[in-house]
Amino acid sequence: MPQQLQFTAFSRILHWTMAVLVVAMLFIGIGMVSSLSDYHRLISIHRPLGILILVLVAIRLVNRLLNTPPPLPEGMPTWQRSAAHASHVVLYALLFALPLVGWGMLSAARYPIVLYGSLELPPILPHDVALYAMLRTTHTVLAFSLFATFIAHFAAALMHALIYRDGVFPSMASWKAPAGNLARVTHNQTPSALNR
Amino acid sequence: MPDPNSAITYRLAALIEKGALIRLTMIGVAVLAVVGCFAFVAGWLSPHRLTQARMIDGFEEVNGVYPGFRRNHAKGVCIAGHFASNGEGARLSEAAVFRPGQVPVFGRFSLAGGQPYIADGPAAIRAMGLAIRPPDAEEWRVAMIDIPVFVVKDPEAFYEQLLASRPDPATGKPDPAKMQDFVARHPETARALQIVQAKPFSSGFANAGYNSLHAFRFVNADGASTPVRWSMAAVDPFEPEPTAETAPQDKNYLFDAVIARIGQSPVQWRLVVTIAEAGDPTDDATIPWPSNRQHIEVGTLTINHIESEAPGNCRDVNFDPLVLPAGIEPSDDPLLSARSAAYSASFTRRAGEAKEPSAVQIPASGKGA
Repeated sequence: MPQQLQFTAFSRILHWTMAVLVVAMLFIGIGMVSSLSDYHRLISIHRPLGILILVLVAIRLVNRLLNTPPPLPEGMPTWQRSAAHASHVVLYALLFALPLVGWGMLSAARYPIVLYGSLELPPILPHDVALYAMLRTTHTVLAFSLFATFIAHFAAALMHALIYRDGVFPSMASWKAPAGNLARVTHNQTPSALNR
Repeated sequence: MPDPNSAITYRLAALIEKGALIRLTMIGVAVLAVVGCFAFVAGWLSPHRLTQARMIDGFEEVNGVYPGFRRNHAKGVCIAGHFASNGEGARLSEAAVFRPGQVPVFGRFSLAGGQPYIADGPAAIRAMGLAIRPPDAEEWRVAMIDIPVFVVKDPEAFYEQLLASRPDPATGKPDPAKMQDFVARHPETARALQIVQAKPFSSGFANAGYNSLHAFRFVNADGASTPVRWSMAAVDPFEPEPTAETAPQDKNYLFDAVIARIGQSPVQWRLVVTIAEAGDPTDDATIPWPSNRQHIEVGTLTINHIESEAPGNCRDVNFDPLVLPAGIEPSDDPLLSARSAAYSASFTRRAGEAKEPSAVQIPASGKGA
């Protein structure tokens, strides 16, 4: 197995927290728009959860720019590297876009954007129902895109874990800190490895 | 750290070894399980489940499709004014609207039913939707109608009753046998209809009382939660509605009358909150609460302006009864969430459609203050 650095503990906590929240969000969203009796309960979670995800993805983007993620394994084919990179860009983009479109569409519909109790967000767009209709459709399209990207990410993670066994999966999934010698390797890894 | 063996790891041949095939199958099963759960939650695996879309499809089946209009309560007019709280509500609810003082209100009068050009008539149920927004506090939206109890108790019964009122293609009118059959299977509806029919209807929008029907919970600053229902009691004197024979033949006589009435002077309603006692049902709007329950008058609604539906006014607002301020919470009535869901689906459909002018237009001389 090639030596594979781990994501930092902070990165891993962020990733797995968001994984739980985003998957819950996808299921709450699809359940909410088809449900009658559970609609209110679900949408009351959907709004604040969406804003929480927006805050977390902003923190995560900063973290990603500050902490270079561990390199992908040497032998990984170019198409897989490109696919991995592209899917991560798409995930970040959707995690920003979905809450912002949701916030914007509620603004355009002149719904109050209630998070909890008397905690509300201000509208970010003028009252315009045609704009609402467009954003509402966009929200659905982006949500299905996020679900599809999540499924691709999930399948790829399992491929790394069970088929390739190349250290990519434990770099995010292992709870154990990297072994001492691996940590030293981290320091010894020259920029050439990190720039890959 | 280049690993000479790692390139082999990614080759297609590595996938078709016996052990890899089993693990590949496991991955496929895991992915399909997640997709399957998603499809189940979405309702794609249960085509007969009653969803928001089916509910609104039901309205479109019964009424036809009128693009740009609400799928129910399609015919209406916009109103505005203010709500003056007397402060009595503050001990029940911490909502800012119940602090002593006056807050702006806008709203909508409408007739039940999904046909925007239907002729006014004595059989039509009248409704008042309101959006009450105190400055710097949360908004309260209210949807009320002029019958004392609702006629169905859950979303499934509502849908069944809706389809029972579908016009027969042969006659163009609903088949009375279907509605009789529905009522026979729903004793709560039979009881509610008796209550509705026993109470005389008023002659117009201005002298009608409007009821929340559903129970809500008022929560005060100490956290005490009180189950309540509320009514807008008309200040204008009651006059009984005309019979079908004596009713004016004009298609918009109800709307024209309230336009003229508001043109003369502001119209008022007293907001009366009814407090439940232990055992009063909060999850069934077909059952009235006993008449000896405590009633508290919490303020006065004044409507002094009326205008036709137009871009940006009440036309483009969803009077969702679950837009509630802190201090007012939903009860356990399953119809509340269903209403919120169906209103939202109707709002989304009409929002994207081209708009036609409302049947209700304000004559130049009849415009309110």
